[in-house]
Amino acid sequence: MSASSHLRPYLIKLVLVAVLAIFLAQALFPFAWMAITAFKRDSDLYNPTNNPFLFNEPPTLAHFRLLFNETKFLRWVANTAGVGLSTVLITLVLAVPAAYALSRLRGRLGQQLAVAIFLTYLVPPTLLFLPLSQIVSTLGFQDKLWALVITYPSLSTPFVAWLLMGFFRSLPQELEEAALVDGADRFTAFRRIMLPLAVPGILTAVIFTFTLAVNEFIYALTFVSISDLKTVSAGVPTDLIRGDVFFWGAIMGSALVVSLPVALLYNAFLDRFVEGLTAGALR
Amino acid sequence: MVSTALQREAAARRPRRLITWELWLLLPAVTYIFLLIGFPLLLSIYYSFSHISVGRRDFSFAGLANFRALFSDQVFLQALRNTILITVVVLVVVLVLATILATALAERFRGRAVIRYLLLLPWAAPVVMSTIAWKWVFDSQYSVVNWVLRRLHIIGPFEFPQWLGVPSLAIISIIVVQVWRILPFATVITLAGMTAVPRELIEAALVDGAGFFTRLFRITLPIIRPIIGVAVLFTALFTFTDMAVVWILTRGGPYNTSHVLASWAFQVGILAGDLARGAAIALFMLPALAVIAVWVLHLVSRETAQ
Repeated sequence: MSASSHLRPYLIKLVLVAVLAIFLAQALFPFAWMAITAFKRDSDLYNPTNNPFLFNEPPTLAHFRLLFNETKFLRWVANTAGVGLSTVLITLVLAVPAAYALSRLRGRLGQQLAVAIFLTYLVPPTLLFLPLSQIVSTLGFQDKLWALVITYPSLSTPFVAWLLMGFFRSLPQELEEAALVDGADRFTAFRRIMLPLAVPGILTAVIFTFTLAVNEFIYALTFVSISDLKTVSAGVPTDLIRGDVFFWGAIMGSALVVSLPVALLYNAFLDRFVEGLTAGALR
Repeated sequence: MVSTALQREAAARRPRRLITWELWLLLPAVTYIFLLIGFPLLLSIYYSFSHISVGRRDFSFAGLANFRALFSDQVFLQALRNTILITVVVLVVVLVLATILATALAERFRGRAVIRYLLLLPWAAPVVMSTIAWKWVFDSQYSVVNWVLRRLHIIGPFEFPQWLGVPSLAIISIIVVQVWRILPFATVITLAGMTAVPRELIEAALVDGAGFFTRLFRITLPIIRPIIGVAVLFTALFTFTDMAVVWILTRGGPYNTSHVLASWAFQVGILAGDLARGAAIALFMLPALAVIAVWVLHLVSRETAQ
């Protein structure tokens, strides 16, 4: 009896460590695999008798040289950055005023409008890409980056408006009302008082929107088929192939180069996104 | 009291405008969302009842012809079964694992923040990039999984299981990647619920001598049921509407056995150019979406009722 109760804390600790170790291993394994593959020589990589976890030959930068000098990877990165920044800009222009308005609308109408906008976030791109492909080609945007610039904000605006609405609601309204009483018009009061206070929320929206643009796959695959105009998410899986042969070293290099910064950035804001989704269920 | 009365009086004197400034500010976003979500949604329903294809803008009414054709399309029926199977399995596995992981992360220990951050990386990384890493993990010749299994003598030295080349293994691979990707997301939500459970309740249960499992199943889980509902909702949504994982891992192969609704709609609607048939396939996601939407409305009304 006394022996077992003595051991109990250690046993709990042991179980905890084991559980976390297993989960950590499975979570990080694909990233480790990207890194190992990206720095391995082809002769090492494609030798089935070699231990794949070890560098049986010295590491190499050959895959990164190929990636940066002989493929369109950097072009895709530039396209992604351009599309991402445009998406962020359009999203903010649409969602910031909408969120502010929703946060000030009183009564049932405000609540209903907010829920309606949030519901459109649930409509998946996989349901819309077929009619959108026709709309895009009718507008003459097929195989142009404009196709992505005009469609991506539709994936981000509903959620960002919802997220920022919650944020504006949490700001003290008295400050704004004081400015209004002092004779400022509503726009000035918003720009001078509310906007600076909302910077953390807007930063969250920027990260969410930009990473969404990097992530997006189906619109990029459907609307843009010219290799020079692809984003990384569409280019890497479709164009880093010669015939049937995948350039695994270069592909894993590109996956590593894209994944790490995006994941590290997104992760820092993840809790705020989740708060946006769970708003209500926690209260 | 006086000030509210004054305000009310002022409001009564102000001319009543039908469209307030709030609605003007909402107009651009609402218009844009309607044009790029509402309108295409209606259009895709219309497509599914028409003859439209990429080469031929034939909007004439086709009745139920597209849907009737789907039910003799073996690939579609398989895709429908796969979508349901993958979603249900992913949901169950994710919920069980997320509860275990969240329980572990709810403990206080050194390095907790770092470990939590690292555990969340699969959700934060771009899905295309991580899925392509999994494609290499499941490679036909150089799969590291096979190398490990061979070393452990689980498979023979000359066995090469084709993870993405055998129908049942391909589905399992898709499930593995979806679980890997969504687990962190469900864990964060479950953990947020667990940390919101009042400590007094847990301590009272401890005093009463309730064991770990009693506390988990009798106190924590019932209390956080609404928030687990949110995790279920979004896990299901992200799984059954996703195309990237399936498309990159298997492209629906081998022999079109691992398609889901989204990937088969893409194959038929874009690659084969039959927009009407593709739209009809994608439309089978709508009933599940409607259920999710009603569920969200229920959660919201519960919140406003409180």
